[in-house]
Amino acid sequence: MRKLLLSALTAAALALLPQSAAQAAKEEVVLGLSQDRVAITATFDGSEILIFGAVKREAPIPTDEPLEVIVAVSGPAPSVMVRRKEKKLGIWVNVDSVLVDSAPAFYAVATSAPFAQVLNDTEDLRYRVSIRRAIRSVGAAMHIRGAQAFADAVMRIRERNGLYSLRENTVAVDQQTLFRTAIEMPADLTEGDYQTRIFLTRGGEVVSSYETTIDVRKVGLERFLFSLSREQPFLYGLMSLAIAIAAGWGASAAFSLLRNR
Amino acid sequence: MQIYLPIAEVSVNAFLLLGLGGMVGVLSGMFGVGGGFLMTPLLFFIGIPPAVAVATEANQIVASSFSGVLAHFRRRTVDIKMGLVLQAGGLMGAALGVVVFNYLKALGQVDLLVKLCYVVFLGVVGGLMFIESLNAIRKSKKAGGAAPAPRRQRGWVHALPFKMRFRTSGLYISVIPPVLVGVCVGILAAIMGVGGGFIMVPAMIYILGMPTKVVVGTSLFQIILVTGFTTMLHATTNYTVDIVLAVLLLVGGVIGAQIGTRIGVYLKAEQLRILLALMVIAVCAKLGLDLLLQPAELFSLGDAGGH
Repeated sequence: MRKLLLSALTAAALALLPQSAAQAAKEEVVLGLSQDRVAITATFDGSEILIFGAVKREAPIPTDEPLEVIVAVSGPAPSVMVRRKEKKLGIWVNVDSVLVDSAPAFYAVATSAPFAQVLNDTEDLRYRVSIRRAIRSVGAAMHIRGAQAFADAVMRIRERNGLYSLRENTVAVDQQTLFRTAIEMPADLTEGDYQTRIFLTRGGEVVSSYETTIDVRKVGLERFLFSLSREQPFLYGLMSLAIAIAAGWGASAAFSLLRNR
Repeated sequence: MQIYLPIAEVSVNAFLLLGLGGMVGVLSGMFGVGGGFLMTPLLFFIGIPPAVAVATEANQIVASSFSGVLAHFRRRTVDIKMGLVLQAGGLMGAALGVVVFNYLKALGQVDLLVKLCYVVFLGVVGGLMFIESLNAIRKSKKAGGAAPAPRRQRGWVHALPFKMRFRTSGLYISVIPPVLVGVCVGILAAIMGVGGGFIMVPAMIYILGMPTKVVVGTSLFQIILVTGFTTMLHATTNYTVDIVLAVLLLVGGVIGAQIGTRIGVYLKAEQLRILLALMVIAVCAKLGLDLLLQPAELFSLGDAGGH
């Protein structure tokens, strides 16, 4: 039943597409990023990316509804195994697990007003903007009841670790034309392409969207060690051991020198 | 100072790691244990992914054990012959352990098994050592510190064939018990992801009847090869050895081990054992409580590719 409803909604969304495309031609995003790549160095301690832009339009500003802006930055989204514990024979053990098909390693949504006000539910479902929608678990619902609890757990745990965040009212919109926001990225970043989406909405409907990527990469020593560990694992292992032996010997030699003096 | 670990992909405080390494290093030098059974849970706690923690810890143990064993070599308290016999058994055991581990991984619940292993072995070993050392201290007080208990009983260990002389330990026993001890410790080491010193040390004292002073150096000696082997295994199959993490831990660790070895000289064997026993029991209690008490978060996230 739910699936039927979903496909009906999708069909409706598809039917709406030409119209919104026409709207998109009216108002367009011109975007600027303070940086389009994040370099993870050895002393990387998080990063703040300034996202700013302007709305380009050929017609005068529509007066019916105010323009709102949503900025969503999403990290690479691998599947995640979520396990649940239950008390069995007096001890807490993992009893069941659900594979969440895709859950971004990092997800931040910044909006220019309270979320419910800038985007309605239908549009959210279509564009997968809210944190809840960004996590996908397709197959789970089939065999385990309460699969939503598992997806909720992903959200709860990652929100607590500062990896997921909804930042309402943090996009500043000026004269319905200029907008700017800053997205803070934590120190525990995973490498990958960070998809950055900007939506312009009016009355909860998306009128235009824009997409770009922020490239998050390890550089320098971090890059070198990471590549070495994947491409030359044997050499890397030997190197680790050599360092360990050298350090052990060095400390021992240094201490016996100190003692003999 | 925050530092980003290239393999673990997390950012941690460098001084925290140096401190942890140093603390565990001191214990390692004092007791002849690698310290893995303490360090691995600590690394989990500060947010290092478990797979990386286990693999990197093996590498760090190589360093602190090597540092410690050199000090023991200088004092001639390493029974090299015994160490090699134990290692032969240990490598066999480690290979066997990996097979057992993979089998259990296929069945699921391997995390639980590892934890139960910890609780049971730490509990039994710690408890026995504690009681034994208390008795030894009481006896030596009664006897005015003199007349230590007879060195070893002539039990089943001496009835076995293939006898070999271990000069440093002053033993003339069959090679079968040391090889068996090595195999058992090897299996446990592979399953629990530790060097196995905390089992090896009591086994050498109580089963093989080796003098405590020799036990520590010999244990460190055999741990080096076993953990070196484990490091290579992890580095080439799982790519989970984080060299930056290892360097930070081992800089603290090797210095700590040197200090620990020197502290160990000033302590009596019974005191040394009772301290080790208390530490083992404390870790056991902590892990046991984790299993018994309701966790704050019932859900946990893991790699889809893993077990």
